[in-house]
Amino acid sequence: MEQLIVSVLLAFLAATAVAVIRLHNLFTVVMLFGVYSLLSASVFLIMDAGDVAFTEAAVGAGITTVLMLSTVALTGARVRRRKGRARTLLPLALVSLTGLALVWGTLDLPSYGDPDAPIHHHVAPRYIEQSPVEIGIPNMVASILASYRGFDTLGEVTVVFTAGLGVLLLLGGRRKRGEDDEG
Amino acid sequence: MSRDPVLKVTAKFLIPLIMLFALYVQFHGEYSPGGGFQAGVIFASAIILYGLVFGVEQARQVLPLAFMVRQAAAGVLLFGGVGVVSLLRGGEYLNYNLLAADPVAGQHLGIILVELGVGLTVTAVMVIIFFAFAGRGRD
Repeated sequence: MEQLIVSVLLAFLAATAVAVIRLHNLFTVVMLFGVYSLLSASVFLIMDAGDVAFTEAAVGAGITTVLMLSTVALTGARVRRRKGRARTLLPLALVSLTGLALVWGTLDLPSYGDPDAPIHHHVAPRYIEQSPVEIGIPNMVASILASYRGFDTLGEVTVVFTAGLGVLLLLGGRRKRGEDDEG
Repeated sequence: MSRDPVLKVTAKFLIPLIMLFALYVQFHGEYSPGGGFQAGVIFASAIILYGLVFGVEQARQVLPLAFMVRQAAAGVLLFGGVGVVSLLRGGEYLNYNLLAADPVAGQHLGIILVELGVGLTVTAVMVIIFFAFAGRGRD
């Protein structure tokens, strides 16, 4: 049953991707990106990765869609069509080659859910055994992210902060003549 | 941006619920999926919804940009500050064991504070980015 649901979701993902390529209205494309994220979130949820699914739904389907729509509102939603076959052949070959290389790379990966996979024998057993004693909170993901990997999370927050500052420096602030006086 | 009364009424109904859900994700993150990052994004999406329906200018008046920038900095400072406190108490940086008398209680306190810092920064930065993008097209 689970296999069936995942297969259907993956088929939808592929269909969405093809639709994104074929469509020329960027508003529709942005909405389809949102659909794509939501489908991914569903796949993650079925794989029992609740936190990842949550993030994908909130960031990928939510915030990113709004930001892309704001961008499209500035740039316009039409794509100019290019004539000629030669221009599309090289990118197609490149993309196919990269895709094949990626698929080839997955052949070396341990199969999904394999208990003997190296990732399950590194620090994961220690977290599973010790975090209820050391940290004592039920959501192990939270204890790993906030406590065991506190440095990592601090770095991520700093990256988010820096991104905000960067956007503000590039786009924000001074261009609004006379408007800041009111606020 | 929109003057549609249906949108306005629906948004007014939804915004408090979204904010409440964000607070739940923030403070229930130790027990259920979620945490500061997700909560921050959800809280920001409530503000963005307000901005989309009632206009970015009005949202900017509710939450001035200067305040958002300070909130983003405050979140990082809170996170880093927790680390400094644990340093001052004689432990390693970000070792929450020493924040309270009992190591497990210290971990709880540390995680709650750190997640709060993450939530504050993420909310503020998402709103800042939205304001920066949406505030541009108006001339």
